[in-house]
Amino acid sequence: MSRYSVFAIVREGLRHHTGWPRAWASPEPRARYDAIVVGAGGHGLATAYYLGRNHGITDVAVLEKGWLGGGNTGRNTTIIRSNYLQDPSAAIYEKSRALYETLSQELNYNVMFSPRGVMMLAQTEHEVRGYRRTAAANALQGVETEFIGPRRVKELCPIMNIDGPRYPVLGALWQPRGGTGRHDAVAWGYARACSQMGMHIIENCAVTGITVEGGQVRGVDTTRGPIGCDRLGLVVAGHSSQLADMAGFRLPIESLCLQALVSEPIKPCMDVVVMANTVHGYMSQSDKGEMVIGGGTDGFNNYTQRGSHHHIEETLRALVETFPMLSRLKMLRQWGGIVDMTGDRSPLISKTPVGGIFVNCGWGTGGFKAIPGSGWAMAELMAKGEPGPLAAEFSMFRFREGRFIDESVAAGVAH
Amino acid sequence: MLMLVCPYCGVTAEETEFAPGGEAHLSRVGPDGSDEAFEAYLFARANPKGVHLERWRHAYGCGKWFLAARCTATLEVFGTYPAQSKGPPPAVLDRIADRRGAGAAARVGRGAPDAS
Ligand SMILES: Cc1cc2nc3c(=O)[nH]c(=O)nc-3n(C[C@H](O)[C@H](O)[C@H](O)COP(=O)(O)OP(=O)(O)OC[C@H]3O[C@@H](n4cnc5c(N)ncnc54)[C@H](O)[C@@H]3O)c2cc1C
Ligand SMILES: [Zn+2]
Ligand SMILES: [Zn+2]
Repeated sequence: MSRYSVFAIVREGLRHHTGWPRAWASPEPRARYDAIVVGAGGHGLATAYYLGRNHGITDVAVLEKGWLGGGNTGRNTTIIRSNYLQDPSAAIYEKSRALYETLSQELNYNVMFSPRGVMMLAQTEHEVRGYRRTAAANALQGVETEFIGPRRVKELCPIMNIDGPRYPVLGALWQPRGGTGRHDAVAWGYARACSQMGMHIIENCAVTGITVEGGQVRGVDTTRGPIGCDRLGLVVAGHSSQLADMAGFRLPIESLCLQALVSEPIKPCMDVVVMANTVHGYMSQSDKGEMVIGGGTDGFNNYTQRGSHHHIEETLRALVETFPMLSRLKMLRQWGGIVDMTGDRSPLISKTPVGGIFVNCGWGTGGFKAIPGSGWAMAELMAKGEPGPLAAEFSMFRFREGRFIDESVAAGVAH
Repeated sequence: MLMLVCPYCGVTAEETEFAPGGEAHLSRVGPDGSDEAFEAYLFARANPKGVHLERWRHAYGCGKWFLAARCTATLEVFGTYPAQSKGPPPAVLDRIADRRGAGAAARVGRGAPDAS
């Protein structure tokens, strides 16, 4: 396998780019593997990668019903931050953000991590108090973040109207080391690294059944035949309830549609990420110049990957007050992803009622930022059979035990 | 666009007139319920990709809660019925059987519907 470098670019430039190899292989499935990961989104691929890198387990297949990265990983607005309120969240999101800083070097693949800073606006007194509290919690957790006043907000993002009248900007929670990344590249980079370790990434291979004998997983049925394994990781986001159903248990999850949209490309006008949680909107500018905009989820259970128009209308209606220039922009594209929402809006990285089956899901509207840290924690869980410190609190049994990790009170929307 | 018929006032309207309320027919657990029973009632959800029985409120109309049978994979609505029912009425089950097969209807049918 060739490494990407400046020399490779020069070499290929001289021979008309005829020598670039495929980034990952496309093998036929074998009859069994040590471990199978279902779902080739960011979280599934990162799980496989750290199984090999941290635990030396490389007899691994990642099974994907569609194409690699075609789920929420390829549909999100790529906001990366780690200033969550609760200790277990701050720990795993900060681990993840830190891994993002060197991910391009680690994978030898440019994931375009851009730590341009993330600002969460406080537009009510209630939010001011909430974010001051988060800033204090983050100081104790060792997560660099600060509460800034309206003047500083305006300095950092001059296109913003901070005077209201409906939603004046009273301040913001500012994480200068947060930012964005290139979503597809994260999936592609992990896939290439997995393939280089000899793992099998099998696209167009939907899991249709799970074989359990005596409370222990034995393998899966797929559209490309049965495949055996003793360790199975379910990392399928919005489809987690279906996979759990195949294995005979229920999850505290509902699948909803979350939409995003982009405007026509314009000249650079905004070099930070802004989130306005009171009005359920957030925005950043892509390298191509489009304004990338997202909002809250639609209300009802949905697997169609297309949302209702009135939700994006609401998002834009609210954002236009804070960003008056939006009213003159044409919107180009809109799409939806099926997000997996848990009761406390925190994820599950957990053992399940079936031996050998592990779940990683419930990242809902905010799991892109978590991909490296989540893969790290899930790999440890699958390798050792027991969760490490990053995953321990995210057990699915916390709902029975009443140990919620309540981020919904902290952020309303959790991107 | 999702269209629903309010079973009380008979109005056919689009989604923005209604407010969704999640899975229907969850029966409440009492004070002596086990931890498992509370978990199942409060958090565990069927979340099917297919026929879903769910609660809606006619928020900008008569204001009443009602129930609907809807496909989460296509947004097709098989029918709506009053909130006081224990399960979907025969007409709704027939429609589900017609559109999704007898198996799908049997999965969501929960005995005789309440006559209220
Ligand atoms: C519009 C939108 C905006 C978002 N914005 C942000 C943001 O700004 N910041 C942030 O941090 N997060 C954001 N998110 C959330 C983030 O995208 C997700 O949490 C994250 O991508 C989940 O990754 P995943 O790998 O778990 O799931 P996915 O990428 O969805 O991967 C799951 C894979 O499983 C496959 N699969 C499903 N069923 C089967 C089966 N039976 N057999 C085989 N394969 C199967 C699917 O095809 C899919 O490829 C956003 C999400 C959306 C939809
Ligand atoms: Zn309050
Ligand atoms: Zn009505």
